Amino acid sequence: MTNHNASSLTLSAKHLSRAYNRSFAVHDVTLQLEKGEILGLLGPNGAGKSTTMRMLTGNLAPSSGSIEICGIDLLDNPKSAKAHLGYLPEIPPLYMDMTVDEFLGFVAQLHRIDKKRIVHAIEDSKKQCGLTDRGKQLIGTLSKGLQQRIGIAQAIIHEPDIIILDEPTVGLDPNQIREMRQLIRALGRSSSIILSTHILSEVESSCDRVLIMNEGRIVLDQALVELRQKSMDLETIFTELTQIEAKLH
Amino acid sequence: MILAIASKELRSLFISPLAWFLLALIQIILTWVFLGRLDAYLHVQPQLQQIANSPGFTEIIVTPVFAMAALLLMMIIPLLTMRLLAEERKNHTLVLLVSAPIAISEVVIGKFLGLMLFISGVIAFIAILSVSLLAGGTLDSGLLISSILGLFLVACCFVALGLYVSSLTAQPVIAALSTLGILLCFWVLDMLDSGQTEWIQYFSILKHFKQFNSGLLDSFSVTYLVLFTLFFIVLTIRHLDGDRLYR
Repeated sequence: MTNHNASSLTLSAKHLSRAYNRSFAVHDVTLQLEKGEILGLLGPNGAGKSTTMRMLTGNLAPSSGSIEICGIDLLDNPKSAKAHLGYLPEIPPLYMDMTVDEFLGFVAQLHRIDKKRIVHAIEDSKKQCGLTDRGKQLIGTLSKGLQQRIGIAQAIIHEPDIIILDEPTVGLDPNQIREMRQLIRALGRSSSIILSTHILSEVESSCDRVLIMNEGRIVLDQALVELRQKSMDLETIFTELTQIEAKLH
Repeated sequence: MILAIASKELRSLFISPLAWFLLALIQIILTWVFLGRLDAYLHVQPQLQQIANSPGFTEIIVTPVFAMAALLLMMIIPLLTMRLLAEERKNHTLVLLVSAPIAISEVVIGKFLGLMLFISGVIAFIAILSVSLLAGGTLDSGLLISSILGLFLVACCFVALGLYVSSLTAQPVIAALSTLGILLCFWVLDMLDSGQTEWIQYFSILKHFKQFNSGLLDSFSVTYLVLFTLFFIVLTIRHLDGDRLYR
């Protein structure tokens, strides 16, 4: 599954820290993502998952540390680095008064997709997210599950090398969650994915590697295969790591 | 890229009934003023003919319409600028623009241009209204052009200020009220008339508009209005960039 080769790194963040009023929301986080890898970012609420993701996507400047996306420094050269990124934030960024096609067309323009290819790109991303027959509908009239899928369609329309999904399954029903997992696995074939969640089974079912964060630090970074070999249960590890940390402080 | 944002802004303006309603309202009020002035002109026309070098169409009809238009735009532009950035923040769509491979300055300028295109349409309607007078006489085209230019420049100021205020909050209504409040303050400056504080009047936007509206193309006024616009556009860009750094 994971293929350890230094040149295949798509994302590399080193010693990331972010302070809010002198307290660290994220402290000295180093993470690397390989091509075609699906990384699960786990942690209790307030562990710094979203802050980390916002830094990786250029929505928040780190207090210290460096981020490289496909070899391009995000802080020095944000425009070309962001071209390799697709991001679905916790709350999907959708214009409720646009139709699905209009919205995806706008996003395609933002990503500088060639005019001739825009129609094709819209169709492609709709097909991947199961939105083919929704093109003419207003986003505001669609259900939460469909809106979440538009959020993903928005993140993959420019075929990015890295897709960052912040809790993509929140608020979905079990069927939609299953579909979402299939979609994520399908996307993982062509891109690297970072997926944040606090549902452990989600990581077990769709990720290659797991990274557990607690109180702004990384407390575990391991391939799932290795965990399975040691026959360790993710849930036990999770409770151990996050609760011991909590007791110490 | 700037154009993509501008056209999206323009489209979302026309999706909402607000833009159509405001457009109709401006047109009704200005046409009313226009017809009223035309009527007044026709009444005094015989007397005017006896005066040498009498004021013509343009001074009596067109200038007051533009003066009224400037006041109307002052009231209406805050309603149009309020949602530009505040709504993006409220609906969490600003993230989409920030994560896309475009600079914040392109977003801000795109939004400014989008709304200015709309306002230019409003100004074009007023110009057409004035030009229709050609059917019955000649116009002072210099005065007309300087009034159009003046109206355009003050509209730029209003939009730039509104855009900045809209970037400060996540509540469109608060953005609208604050912008209106600030614009009213600038208007009140115009009325301060004691000799000591004359310099304050230089800050009044409408005071500068009056120069244009009387056919005077004052380089100081042009510079002031252009600088005012640039100042607030730059402030908006700085503020949005700062969001990333200090929040």
